[in-house]
Amino acid sequence: MASTATTLDRLRRDQTATVTSVNIHGPQRRRLMDLGMLPGTRIHIDRVSPLGDPTAYLVRGSVIALRREQARGIHITVEQE
Amino acid sequence: MAEDLPTPSASPPPAANTACGTCVFNNAAQLRALGVDVSGHDHVVALAGNPNTGKSTVFNALTGLRQHVGNWPGKTVTGAEGGFGYRQRHYKLIDLPGTYSLLSDSQDEDVARDFLLFGQPDVTVVVVDATRLQRNLNLVLQILQVTGRVVVALNLVDEAHRHGLALDQRHLARELGVPVVPMTARNRQGLDTLLEAIEQVALGTVATRARRVRHGDDRTEHAVSELAARLRRDHPGLANTRWIALRLLEGDPGIERAVTDGTLDRLSGATPHAVSSETTGT
Amino acid sequence: MTSSSILDHAARLRDGLPEGFRDEVVESLYSDAARITETSVTERHDGTKLTLDRLLDRALTHRVWGFVAMGLLFFGVFWFTISGAAGPSSLLSNVLVDYGHSRLHALVAPLPTPDWVTGLLLDGVYLSTAWVVAVMLPPMAIFFPLFTLLEDFGYLPRVAFNLDRLFAKAGAHGKQSLSMMMGYGCNAAGVTATRIIDSRRERLIAIITNNFSVCNGRWPTLILMGTIFIGALAPPALAGVIAAASVVTVAFLGVLVTLLVSWTLSKTVLRGHSSTYSLELPPYRPPKVWRTLYTSLIDRTLKVLRRAVVMAAPAGAVVWLISNVTIADASIAAHLVGALDPLGWVLGLNGIILLAYLVAIPANEIIIPTILMLTMTLGTNLFDAQQGVMLELGTAQTHTVLTQAGGWTLLTAVNLMLFSLLHNPCSTTILTIWNETKSPKWTTVATLLPIGLGFAVTGLTATVARLAGWA
Repeated sequence: MASTATTLDRLRRDQTATVTSVNIHGPQRRRLMDLGMLPGTRIHIDRVSPLGDPTAYLVRGSVIALRREQARGIHITVEQE
Repeated sequence: MAEDLPTPSASPPPAANTACGTCVFNNAAQLRALGVDVSGHDHVVALAGNPNTGKSTVFNALTGLRQHVGNWPGKTVTGAEGGFGYRQRHYKLIDLPGTYSLLSDSQDEDVARDFLLFGQPDVTVVVVDATRLQRNLNLVLQILQVTGRVVVALNLVDEAHRHGLALDQRHLARELGVPVVPMTARNRQGLDTLLEAIEQVALGTVATRARRVRHGDDRTEHAVSELAARLRRDHPGLANTRWIALRLLEGDPGIERAVTDGTLDRLSGATPHAVSSETTGT
Repeated sequence: MTSSSILDHAARLRDGLPEGFRDEVVESLYSDAARITETSVTERHDGTKLTLDRLLDRALTHRVWGFVAMGLLFFGVFWFTISGAAGPSSLLSNVLVDYGHSRLHALVAPLPTPDWVTGLLLDGVYLSTAWVVAVMLPPMAIFFPLFTLLEDFGYLPRVAFNLDRLFAKAGAHGKQSLSMMMGYGCNAAGVTATRIIDSRRERLIAIITNNFSVCNGRWPTLILMGTIFIGALAPPALAGVIAAASVVTVAFLGVLVTLLVSWTLSKTVLRGHSSTYSLELPPYRPPKVWRTLYTSLIDRTLKVLRRAVVMAAPAGAVVWLISNVTIADASIAAHLVGALDPLGWVLGLNGIILLAYLVAIPANEIIIPTILMLTMTLGTNLFDAQQGVMLELGTAQTHTVLTQAGGWTLLTAVNLMLFSLLHNPCSTTILTIWNETKSPKWTTVATLLPIGLGFAVTGLTATVARLAGWA
């Protein structure tokens, strides 16, 4: 099972990924971690806003919507089927 | 460190131990909702929790008030106050804004944090969403850094059940070192046990043994200990020295202000029960 | 001083610590929470099931159905409010205004009270209060519980999710849509709700634009205008739907204005990037219907009503006084209306409407009764109205009064609807803005910007309508 490193905004609907690092600093980093976005967390897309942004992710049982520019700061490895 | 083990100082002989004290039947019958009447209270209880966990529902159930409960995060932006009586005692209940953490820098979190730290409630009830335990535990652990006099209200257990989650609340209580009360606040289930636990923590009849997280690497741990010792020396009787030390190391402006404007001096002379948790150890 | 040396001590220790120690500290807490969770929770079956939540979300955030559902839900709420409130409103007004007012007059008639006392108290204070209760209680008793049900169900964050991109483009915070929605109940509450926004820049934008959410005190104006001027244009079977549609259009216009003004502010005086945020979509929860009905009726409805009454009573007295105190052959009201008429004409409104908005700064709720009363006493006296007496009339009569005594046209009605959307916040909201910002500058901006827009927009529609020969 190979895996590719990328950022969260590149994740596709049918994929599952694992967070490797959060490359955002300051209070926003805290906030994301408050919501469960920690290294090692499995994440996948729950749904995309009808206007294309933000995207709602399923993280540890909650649904969290992030705008694209935030998702860009979250590094992930995509699990390949 | 010894100071890390809060042993409630006030109060008489430890009665039956309690995290499992579900025994008394229908205590809720002894609940007297007092609405906005908070006069002559014996204890101050703070109500904390993540947004949207049913905090307002618990508040309403206890006080008989009808603060609106909305299903969206951040509904409660201002703290409400209410009173209730249980057995012989009157409690003043403060509903803190729902927050995910005490560490970010938003206004609502400052309100919650300042109250826990400087308002020194006798009991802090942390309402926890059983279906999102991990995220909610973040806050519980942070609050446990500030105060050991905590009761965890494990709310929405019915929803967790529906989602196929099984929770081991005894294990949780052991891990956290404070009483954990499973409940469904919407249907007033578990309210009796919650009241019982609040009373026991308020009276100190249950020994809460709140866990403290050791911080980061050894250097951080060492710096925190050193600064905490300094704080205790300069402000004898001050509670939460480790936590304050950590925040000072981080350069938290709110805490720095508390140092310079004399808030800490005031707190170090605070009422005996309020500072019980950390001073007894050293 | 020991205090400063503690800070120095802290700074010294901080220098010896690794760069990201702050994050490490936080992360150690979080990983602890993760570990405890793993040992305390067992998932009995895996979570790939398609729950009802998922199905609902699929529909409610669908690129087509999401917006259809949103439109239908809000339209439904308004339509239900408009059609459901009509009966109870006229019943209340029969009891409180028609019957109650004449009974009170009959009661005090034998007493030796001076005329001006009965006039001020019964015709001024009592009537305006009774009017507000009759006009406002039924729609609020329907609107608030319905809105609260949507709120408790968990629908509002979905609306924020659907619309977020628009707010992002406007340089505003994603949570602004939530405070905006609170504003539909009450702007003062909406302004307070902006506390959930961390960035001061975005919070100011949210505060300034909150007034473009049509609050509860303004619904009666919109509903009445929509019913008697716009709904009346349609065949009777469709009148209710058309009336509701016109009200929804104004509310929708409010959203557009919100976005436009937010965009303008974030490109000019409140420049900056829209800050990142994260919005949680909570699970749907079946609302406790009865409890919701009860609490929203008691709490929201009665609270807003109490405020309206407290504000309406003195305003009623003011209206009575300015209509009855005469200076040089005409009442104060007549002088004021005369002075405001030219501006009113330019805006496609009239002096009476502008005077009503001046008197009603404390409470938008009494706009319509004030307009009616002033129109009847200052215009041709059709229904034998006394000076400064607010009369409750049927919709047909109201139409007659406004068109015949007031010289109203469709333009007046449309512009009144627009002006109702775009004018200064009520005094409570202004006070709340002051409390939240503590800034004379931003309080002034938040107060004057909407009314400036209102003048511009109504002036424009009036000019266009006149040039096109519609009015």
